[in-house]
Amino acid sequence: MSTRLQRIACLGGVYSNWLALESALADIATRSVDAIYCLGDLGGFGPHPDRVFPLIQDAGIHCLQGNYDDSIGHGLDDCQCGYTDPRDNRFAQISYQYTLARTSAHNRSFLRQLPKQHRLQLGRYRLLLCHGSPRRVNEFLWESASSTHFLDALCHEYHCDAIVATHTGIKWHRTLNPSRHFINVGALGRPENDGTPRVWYTLLEATADNLSVEFVPVEYDYQRLAAEMQAESLPPEFTETILTGWWTTCLEILPSRERQAGLW
Amino acid sequence: MTEILVTTLEFGPATVLTNGTVLQDEWLERLREAADHSRYSLEFRVSIDGFTAEQNDPIRGPGTFDRAMRGVGKLVGYGFLPIITAVRTWEMADENRIIQSFVATLKHIGYTRPRLKILPTLHLGEEANRTTGYSATERVTTAMMEGYDPTRLVCHHSRIVTDRGVHVCPILVESPDSLLGDTLQSSLQPFRLAHGACTTCYRFGAICANAGGGTAGPAEKANGAES
Repeated sequence: MSTRLQRIACLGGVYSNWLALESALADIATRSVDAIYCLGDLGGFGPHPDRVFPLIQDAGIHCLQGNYDDSIGHGLDDCQCGYTDPRDNRFAQISYQYTLARTSAHNRSFLRQLPKQHRLQLGRYRLLLCHGSPRRVNEFLWESASSTHFLDALCHEYHCDAIVATHTGIKWHRTLNPSRHFINVGALGRPENDGTPRVWYTLLEATADNLSVEFVPVEYDYQRLAAEMQAESLPPEFTETILTGWWTTCLEILPSRERQAGLW
Repeated sequence: MTEILVTTLEFGPATVLTNGTVLQDEWLERLREAADHSRYSLEFRVSIDGFTAEQNDPIRGPGTFDRAMRGVGKLVGYGFLPIITAVRTWEMADENRIIQSFVATLKHIGYTRPRLKILPTLHLGEEANRTTGYSATERVTTAMMEGYDPTRLVCHHSRIVTDRGVHVCPILVESPDSLLGDTLQSSLQPFRLAHGACTTCYRFGAICANAGGGTAGPAEKANGAES
């Protein structure tokens, strides 16, 4: 299905951060967008996973299915996050078991029927929206580990002018050749390892000249979220990330440049 | 080699696999400068065969563990975060103790947030002699590939260029059938997973990739791994 649009908002992983989602939606309401897309991973990491679903549905957000959504929806054994380090996987499993046990059957059914990719026309640009990459839902495409030639080849192979993805949790944008784009919209559910508690969403607009990409910071009541996580007995390592903005888990998957930017 | 890496970093990320014993300051100065000017990551992977001199040196040679650690310290001094790889030769029950002890060693030489990658044992070469090789039945079968994501395997998306030609992967580089051609184009043929070592990659995924490890995280570091 293809839809012609000019200006859209894209949300990365929500990770059960319903408070950040509320704040982002309030901000988006002032931005005159034609549509809102969420690139998947509604659950994980945060508390009370069922709280994001009414927000998503009431706002009419078009959702893709991330690896987490596929796992929760189908009741799989793990989140398929793609970590390879034992410690990272241990924390991922704690989060996954919590989220799986607290996502209602109705919402799991919603997750099961989500599409894995979506194509749309934004002005003159053919956009391909996906979770990790067009070729694998849990592929990590990091800024410092993805060559421009590779990204351009992906655009060519998948017949699009721009690939819009998430999954890594860190936003970035690169203009490819010729006039193609790769955009990682970041994540709404978790700070991006920059020492601040803010999170991000992305506005995309097709102008007369180019594809405009604006990363929008979202301030929200992160202390309330942290308190809810503590009350739910989620790992203190997760709460620390919400409060400080520094990642304490999922570190071993980071390439050196992104790892160097963090504290741990 | 330095200039190859400098040029590579203009186009994409690069990883140097080294035993860490021969790193020279002038190379590292040049590579630090190139990495700072590149948008891509320059990774160093320092390979050892154990987390102590007693484990490593009988395999790698006398004094190589200390020299490798000095190399790690030098890399850290130049602002790199080397990934230290070692084959798991210990019992799982001993893993936390062994890793925490090694993390303490690394902190002692100034590496405060070490990145470790523990590799599964490949029963090839000296290891096959030391323990046992792969049995004839340890092979990836067609049935095993049903529903399996082949992108987990390095040979699905990569080739190894050497002065002998293009090989399918670094693990099988000594096997004659791993040589797929003289050019990358001629090497882009599927490779049959016919070796015993293929079962290790099948089980553990892209063991040649940088990600992965077994290092202690912040909480564990705060709880007893401090030197």
